Amino acid sequence: MKTDDEKKPRLPDAASEERLLALRDEAARSGVAAGPGIRPAGAPFPQVEIGNAARLDYYRLPVLKNPQWTWEVPVYFFVGGAAGAAAVIAAVAGWAGAEKSLVRDARKIAAAGALLSPPLLIADLGRPSRFYNMLRVFKPQSVMSMGAWTLAFFAPSSVATLVFELRQDLLPRFLRRALPAVTGSMAAATGTVMATYTGVLVGATVVPAWNQNVKILPIHFAASGLGSAVGMLELMGHDDNQPLLALGISAALVECAIGAAIERSANPADEPLKRGSSGWVVRMGGILSGPIAFLLRAGSSVAGRKTGRRLRRAAAVCSVAGSLLTRAGWVAAGNASSQDNRIPLGLPDQRPAPRR
Amino acid sequence: MTTTGFLTDSTLCIGCKACEVACKEWNQIPSDGYAWSGMSYDNTRALGATTWRHVQFVEGEFTSGFGGSAPGQPPAWEFSSDVCKHCENAGCLEACPTGAIVRTEFGGVFVQPDVCNGCSYCVVSCPFGVVEKNLEDGRAFKCTFCYDRQKAGMEPACAKACPTESIQFGKLDDLRDRAQIRLLELEARGIDDARIYDPVDSSVGGIHAFFLVRGDPRIYNLPPHPEVPTIYLKPGWKSAALGAGLLVLGTMAAFFTGGNSRSE
Repeated sequence: MKTDDEKKPRLPDAASEERLLALRDEAARSGVAAGPGIRPAGAPFPQVEIGNAARLDYYRLPVLKNPQWTWEVPVYFFVGGAAGAAAVIAAVAGWAGAEKSLVRDARKIAAAGALLSPPLLIADLGRPSRFYNMLRVFKPQSVMSMGAWTLAFFAPSSVATLVFELRQDLLPRFLRRALPAVTGSMAAATGTVMATYTGVLVGATVVPAWNQNVKILPIHFAASGLGSAVGMLELMGHDDNQPLLALGISAALVECAIGAAIERSANPADEPLKRGSSGWVVRMGGILSGPIAFLLRAGSSVAGRKTGRRLRRAAAVCSVAGSLLTRAGWVAAGNASSQDNRIPLGLPDQRPAPRR
Repeated sequence: MTTTGFLTDSTLCIGCKACEVACKEWNQIPSDGYAWSGMSYDNTRALGATTWRHVQFVEGEFTSGFGGSAPGQPPAWEFSSDVCKHCENAGCLEACPTGAIVRTEFGGVFVQPDVCNGCSYCVVSCPFGVVEKNLEDGRAFKCTFCYDRQKAGMEPACAKACPTESIQFGKLDDLRDRAQIRLLELEARGIDDARIYDPVDSSVGGIHAFFLVRGDPRIYNLPPHPEVPTIYLKPGWKSAALGAGLLVLGTMAAFFTGGNSRSE
């Protein structure tokens, strides 16, 4: 068994280099190098267990590559998910004739998310100046391409909807109702994709912790996006709105169910969702946006008005923080999963999981 | 144009790393630094953005009559020169959102460096862990199958440099025949653990750079069941449609039936 320290690269030191040079000199001068050579740390090589016929991997090196995504990606999952769900809330609340201020605030969240998303995604690129290549082709088999096109429609339509809402005087009278309705519907339609596609994006990869959950992830991320959008609206003052409470409770219940499914899973690919630092982040996110948000919201509906609003604000903070942690946790779990060679190689689980 | 391929015959590899060096020189790939891994004499470790050929040092059992040291002594070596597999159904090519990754007229998978914007989605789409983003440069890189040399009618640099013909380049169909013949040859000489690694039965649908190895392919870090991630698209988008439907219906249920009045 090698420890992690032994796996670290060994760098030649000055003394060993000096000795090698002396040997070379000696050989050049006399034709023979008689003295002893050097013994690098960890020598002699090779050092793999001799006679271990059961060894079925390559020095426990990972088969897959690390995703190489920067922190902007999970933050985008959070921002884009909340914005997409907010656009849906804005459109539906508008059709249902809900309070104008609620519709406006939901549109604000959608527009803010729409403005934040492109910079986040561009910052993640290795060559940010070539971001426009994302719209060079339309490629249904690439989830990343579909996401770029979705954002390309979602961002302008949700920003336009808010602008039309705030500056109706810019529009000719006969368009004042129709135009925001059209752009708002477009934002809501693309918003449903914004809230769900990121689940397909990570699910349709070679990373076991992600692709083994490809059926769960889009619904998980939709519920997470909805919970965070509801939470943001509650924090903007809509903390006694009944439809939002119902939505918040539904999202929290879905999160509870998904959290329970992950905890009960015996699939070894789900290990990074439960163990190590990535496991703790996923768990924290799940508990905050699932059971805790549910209990606080349920409590608020039986408590008095003042306490009820306080409880809902607490639930809102939990939903928003839980959603962000959920996205960060899933990306971290993917990183850990990619470095574990056991699933790609189909190795039996005979040794402790690699330390993360 | 005919589809070309690589047959990497590990039974002929002597671990000289001429392919690694030739590849680095021809393609002008940056150095990987000067670090010892302590894993046999494999200080390259794995394929990556700056390593497009990688000679693996697999420590095997002593087999009487086929070389190796006496029992109890340091084990016998197997070498194999790893490379991008140039899959029939290439995960990286399918995933690339910019169309930077293309299939060349020789059947190889090629990353166009003037188009790639470094989104690194190909990195999580390769079942063999080959393509990687060069963090200094920002773009993703992998074996080009020496597209430039093939265009000029030359064989790839690694195959040209290989002193033992362990790396064979040619028409893919010819190479597949040649591999079968070689397998029979080896069997006739008593080497019965040689096999061809070419996952034709998986969703990858076969590889253009395939291998002849001894023993379990997993000791060369070759996954037994590689899958192209496009197989997850259908269940994923189905679930996304369900999620989107629930999102809209749930919101409608809340706002149309839940009443619009504030509590009290």
